[in-house]
Amino acid sequence: MKRFWSANNFTLTALSMIMAVVIGAVLIIISDSTVLAKFAYFTARPSDAVSASWLLVSTAYADLLKGAIGDPAVFSAWFSGEATWQQAFAPISETLTYAAPLVFTGLSVALAFRGGLFNIGAQGQAVLGCIAAGIAGFTFGLPIVLNLIVAVVAGVLGGALWGFIPGLLKARTGAHEVITTIMLNYTAGLFLAWLVIQQGIQAPGRSDAISKAVAESAQLPSPGGVLRVHLGIVLAVLTTAGVAWLLNKSAFGFEIRAVGANPHAAKTAGISVAKTYVLLMAVAGGLAGFGGATQVLGTAHALTPSVAGNIGFDGLLVALLGRNRPWGTLFAALLFGALRAGGNRMQSFSGISLELVTVLQALIVLFIAAPALVKAIFRLRASRATGLGASLAKG
Amino acid sequence: MSTTTVEEMAEVAAPEPFWTRQRHLGLALILIGGLAAVVFGSLAPSEDARFTLSEDAAGAALSINGQFGAVLFGLLTVAAGGVLFAGLLKRWSNVFLVAGILSFLLSFLCWQVAGEFMPLVDTTDGTLELALPLILGALAGVLGERTGVVNVAIEGQFLMGAFAGALVGTMAGSVWAGLLSAAVGGVIIAAILAVMAIRYLVDQVVVGIVLNLFALGITGFLYERLMQPNAQTYNQPPQMPEWRIPGLADIPVVGPVLFEANLLVWVALVLVVVIHFGLNRTRWGLRTRAVGEHPTAADTVGIRVRGLRYLNVLLGGVVAGIGGAYFTLVATGSFTKNMTAGAGFIALAALIFGRFTPFGAFGAALFFGFAQKLATYLSAIDSPVPSQFLNMLPYLATLIAVAGLVGRVRAPAADGQPYIKG
Repeated sequence: MKRFWSANNFTLTALSMIMAVVIGAVLIIISDSTVLAKFAYFTARPSDAVSASWLLVSTAYADLLKGAIGDPAVFSAWFSGEATWQQAFAPISETLTYAAPLVFTGLSVALAFRGGLFNIGAQGQAVLGCIAAGIAGFTFGLPIVLNLIVAVVAGVLGGALWGFIPGLLKARTGAHEVITTIMLNYTAGLFLAWLVIQQGIQAPGRSDAISKAVAESAQLPSPGGVLRVHLGIVLAVLTTAGVAWLLNKSAFGFEIRAVGANPHAAKTAGISVAKTYVLLMAVAGGLAGFGGATQVLGTAHALTPSVAGNIGFDGLLVALLGRNRPWGTLFAALLFGALRAGGNRMQSFSGISLELVTVLQALIVLFIAAPALVKAIFRLRASRATGLGASLAKG
Repeated sequence: MSTTTVEEMAEVAAPEPFWTRQRHLGLALILIGGLAAVVFGSLAPSEDARFTLSEDAAGAALSINGQFGAVLFGLLTVAAGGVLFAGLLKRWSNVFLVAGILSFLLSFLCWQVAGEFMPLVDTTDGTLELALPLILGALAGVLGERTGVVNVAIEGQFLMGAFAGALVGTMAGSVWAGLLSAAVGGVIIAAILAVMAIRYLVDQVVVGIVLNLFALGITGFLYERLMQPNAQTYNQPPQMPEWRIPGLADIPVVGPVLFEANLLVWVALVLVVVIHFGLNRTRWGLRTRAVGEHPTAADTVGIRVRGLRYLNVLLGGVVAGIGGAYFTLVATGSFTKNMTAGAGFIALAALIFGRFTPFGAFGAALFFGFAQKLATYLSAIDSPVPSQFLNMLPYLATLIAVAGLVGRVRAPAADGQPYIKG
């Protein structure tokens, strides 16, 4: 118990999540005028305000859980034959659907982090991945399987190109990747907004900004119906394993970690830092492009200006939450996907804005990023593993 | 527009040791000038391009034949580039650079405006209006970065400022209460940034990014919970009045833009001068710069490094929060979700493009504001140039600037590094 109550990664993560949930509850209460009105006579009858608040918050969070994992009522209906198994597993399917692209963008950020680069450009790289995968998906008309592979590869290459640029600028001119990637994010977004309304790209007969649909043979296979989950999540797990191998077992991974730990020492040891930066950013961009590709080929099936959503920026938080380790990133992406899926249900059932999920995500990562803060609040004992601080020291 | 930028990048990137920066720039100017003269000149119809001195087509106007103008100004760009390339008048090289870029711009305008008219007052007014939040946001950045704290949370400060301004402004029924609470909104985000970065030593870029999402989430959440159902009580802030200074407002073009304006315009302009003066001429400024460049040395001579960083980041929060007020109290009459739409990042770009100085940031913000105004103007006259590419301009310009293709930008030496008293 004593060891548990120290500032290790697990305790820090758990406490961060608890604090975020508590702050979220406060937000839910103060933004509800009927419950807030009960606080006006709090001193006279405190039970009124407390029970109303409890009801409001518990319903909201229960909906969040039901939307993310599953509704017990639907499960029992399934067992008694009143609902299909698809309905019972729909929440999990939603969670996995939202998680899949985040795994890729998260891995992109995490991998770059380990090499000492802060890839804020996952958003732009994912957008380029969307563009390339989408265009390849509705242009070539290749036979089944091959069409999908070509589209995915195109997405990866698109992202890799957008990652290669800041890598090259960093290696050749020393331009800081944080600034260049931020600028490239917005450039990519504007380019997409322009592209989808061009002739040959825009869906025929549509006046709004949407492209032609991706050919069926280029879509990631999915069970269909209420289950939106697609092959992307399987690819995500495989890619996580691949990145873990790349980082921990391959020669290039060793170079990445060496450069990330100390570029000067790595240079002295004969590693080309510039080459590592360029290659690393291209690989990271490719991963984010992969994420964009799964978004278009798995979920959206057509390009729109907001097709990539916020997956790049969310990937940043996912990587931070996963402490820049591949498997940690996978689990963090699953958590974010669950929050998002549950948030949808919370919005439609309890009427609590989906934005609460954004607040929760930001708060969790904010606390995780500041282990000293959590330690001070809960008076935790010091621990050798300081988590994010250590991995970010050279960021 | 963008093709020329790519052209410029590709040309200048060629690494040849004896090529000086001036030669590079000169060659780039010659190329884009030649391009302008040939392409814009051949595309432009031989009709008059009228630049009216008013808000509409009426009144006095500067007028030039579009085709002639496009060729003329293109050739002027070539001439300016030639001077730079030949290495003449080195002391005035920046003047020639600016002149070259301006004539390129004029050549482009002659092509676009030929057969149409461009109301100069409206354009200038719109430029300043669009640049207003960028100026304030970039100044907030200057305050933070010069003291060694990277502020990528300008976007978040804008959003909080805009939200708080709308909320309190409506509830109190006073635009000044709104302005005040907008500043407070900016300070809230700045305070979290400062505590996390200075006290808890969290990576400043990480905190900034997370804070942007936090501000986006919390303002979006409260907007949907409070403002959307009850817009009357929470989201109809009074608007900032426009004040007219009699006499000065009658000066053509400049008058209606500068002297018939809302308070924020003057606040922004005054702040540019005050912060410039403060940074370069006062004790506070000297200390700020010392802390931003070499905190250990500053500490050794008795400057309170962390205290000064807190102060400057919080002051930045005030300025950025006021910048956020622009969105709800000046530009539109209400708050909407994610209404700043990346303006905070353009402000960040302006700050970097302006080389971390108040006047540089001011100039960059005006330039970016003009690009945005031009984008709306061009889409209004059905120009073939897509507005998205003009909107890319701030980002591409910053990209080129930080890559050192047009004079390397140097950040304060201790920017982004927490100070741990040893």
